Amino acid sequence: MTVAVRPGSQSPASSAAVPAAAEPCLTVRGLTKRYGGLVAVKGVDLDLRPGEILGLIGPNGSGKSTVMKLVMGLEKPSAGSIRLDGTEIAGWPSHRVARAGIGLVFQHARPLMRQTVLENISLALLPDSLLRLAADPAVGERAKAIAERVGLGAVIDRRPGTLPFADLRRLELARAIARDPRVVLVDEPFAGLTGPEVAAFSELIRGFRDEGKAVLLVDHNVKSVAALVDRVFALYLGERIAEGSAEAVMADPTVRRVYLGGSIETAARPEASFKSEPLLSVAGVDVLYGKAQALRGVSIHVHEGEFVSVVGLNGAGKTTLFNAISGLVPHAGTIRFDGRDLAGQKAAAIARAGIVQVPETRELFGDLSVRENLDLGGQHLTRAEADRQRDWLYDLFPILKDRERQTARTLSGGEQQMLTIARALMMRPRLLILDEPTLGLAPVILELLSKALERMRATTPITVLLGEQNVTFALPHADRVYVLEQARIVWEGPPDRFAGEMGSKYL
Amino acid sequence: MTLLPVRGLAIALPILVAAALLPLGVSGYILGLLTIAYYFAVFAMAWDLLFGFAGEVNFGPTFLIGLGAYGAGILNSRYELPIPWCLAAGTALAVVGGLALAVPALKVRGPYFGLITLVAVLLLQNMIVVFADVTGGEIGLTVPDVITIDTNTNYWLALGFMAVSGVILTVISRSPAGLILQAAGQDPVVAGALGFNVAKHKIAAFAVSAAFSGLAGGLVVFYMGTASVGTLIDTAVGVQVIIAAVLGGRRTIVGGALGAVFLIAAGELLRPLGALSTFVVSAVALVVILFVPTGLLGLASLRRAQ
Repeated sequence: MTVAVRPGSQSPASSAAVPAAAEPCLTVRGLTKRYGGLVAVKGVDLDLRPGEILGLIGPNGSGKSTVMKLVMGLEKPSAGSIRLDGTEIAGWPSHRVARAGIGLVFQHARPLMRQTVLENISLALLPDSLLRLAADPAVGERAKAIAERVGLGAVIDRRPGTLPFADLRRLELARAIARDPRVVLVDEPFAGLTGPEVAAFSELIRGFRDEGKAVLLVDHNVKSVAALVDRVFALYLGERIAEGSAEAVMADPTVRRVYLGGSIETAARPEASFKSEPLLSVAGVDVLYGKAQALRGVSIHVHEGEFVSVVGLNGAGKTTLFNAISGLVPHAGTIRFDGRDLAGQKAAAIARAGIVQVPETRELFGDLSVRENLDLGGQHLTRAEADRQRDWLYDLFPILKDRERQTARTLSGGEQQMLTIARALMMRPRLLILDEPTLGLAPVILELLSKALERMRATTPITVLLGEQNVTFALPHADRVYVLEQARIVWEGPPDRFAGEMGSKYL
Repeated sequence: MTLLPVRGLAIALPILVAAALLPLGVSGYILGLLTIAYYFAVFAMAWDLLFGFAGEVNFGPTFLIGLGAYGAGILNSRYELPIPWCLAAGTALAVVGGLALAVPALKVRGPYFGLITLVAVLLLQNMIVVFADVTGGEIGLTVPDVITIDTNTNYWLALGFMAVSGVILTVISRSPAGLILQAAGQDPVVAGALGFNVAKHKIAAFAVSAAFSGLAGGLVVFYMGTASVGTLIDTAVGVQVIIAAVLGGRRTIVGGALGAVFLIAAGELLRPLGALSTFVVSAVALVVILFVPTGLLGLASLRRAQ
């Protein structure tokens, strides 16, 4: 695919926040990375100046994470140059890159669980020496100061296993600060954080800039980092599609086309058109996690052939509801499927009865090929049936056919999601439960997924229960919508009434 | 972090003192068993440095032990070098051989390191059989010198060697370098991004582990007066070392010593069962590994952590 690059987009002069005089400290030219036949990064040119925050954005599979890994030395580039203050560092192992002055704040890192927070920070302050057997007291002092700076001062003697998620991210940030790098790469700075936490993290990242460090934020979309960045570099399919201020990039036609789907059109079938006896009926279900009530008197029903969406924010209880239906969590109340009470049935028996859940954590077999993953889903089918089912799925998700022999690990996030759904469909479920299939996916992938779901709905009598927080994805296919809010169902109705009755409140 | 855990010392010291006083009231036979158990303990502790800290499963501890034992033994039997020289040379051979193995093996990722170490044992075993005129082959190697024939002295020597090895390995594991080693073992990507040369630290750990294994192997030869494939190199011996370390507790160093003494004591207590005794000991080890995967000491330190 060819992508138009706006003339002049290469010049970063459009950003007022960048001091014009500053020489770039990180210069990337013609950076390319191939994985077998897949070109993940194609000739990327990128400059990063001291005291600047650059947002590297792109949908899933766009190559943004690969660029970050190439700069850090976690992957070796196939071609191109990466210069740090004039020194060529492309292809260096990561420990040399780190010592040259580049640091990476990982999104998910495993701290040392048997060491305290302070010791975890101290680790990053140690020289790479084999002979350092006695602890340097100055290291402890600096580690304490850093802990205070990132807001971990009160928990320095705790072990990471006892900390909430945001504090683990702080710990990652602390380790990056400890290395005192000149260039800081931050992978999805705000993933999984609440509003106030986002504000605190933004402040810490601005702190990097104020110290004259160059900061590269890697994220899915412009919006999440717009308030923080001086400049944005948008990547799609491994190539630059736009560069400039956040506003300019958001206004860029190519970016808009890549990111924004059409307006919401709904195509609901009236509830009366389905059989009156529901396939699944959930009545008055309560679920308790310890003292916390995860579901409170939830009642929903799904007819055979119907597409029902349950929308709700993170933590509303969607996954809990689905797990209760699949028999994975104990619950009060009744759940009936196909006229039978599921009470006391084991998860495996419920799955055999035809309820197949696609969890939000994709759980593919990473080392097996696409084809093998599908065949595992079709284990119980005869060969002919499995072939037919697989052909149908390849028709539904053509990209999977192209990737048939690739291992699942090498797929992009969107492709993995499609494979997960396809594998579930190989089991020929009577009721397919999709839990947040859009999690972490960029809109362009959503559109592909959305089209596949639309065709699935149109061509097969499958019954689908979809859980989503992305309303634009949940509504177009739905025949009926439930809104789950703080463990309760607060609204039920056809999707065309959603915008009027719930939209303003929910969006 | 203090290099030696005060609590641990407070528990270990009385035990060591009691062990040192054992020759006053225990038969020579039991002392002989414990002497072997203490050398075995060093094998297990050296192994835990790799497994517990560097995060690498070395299926061939006996490769390192065997190099040290045969290196020292052959120098003594053929060239009649004095024992200290033989021990030093055997230790050096174990380190060199260990590095020759680890440097290429650590370049491959995943379970291949373990497989390579396993193959190394088989290679060494075959070499010893093939070059029987030097090594004694399947019959075994007899050395003209032993350290001493006095049971008590041998016992104290082994006990002292175990204690000193335990202290050194514990200090290494709790030092800043040991912290880096743990980070490298748990998450090599993050450790690399923090500026640590993961391979360097793991190779160093391998060298340290090889030195202790090799020296202990050499000492065993000069204690028993013989070296044979069956007692020092066979994979079954390696499995015993691994079981001892895992039983005692991963990432604890001294757990390996506990496990080794437990294994040898249990084997002895169950001797009346005949061939069944090995089965029972293995079954107990399996149960512990399945239900207390952190090992006996690991369980205790986990409790404290929470």
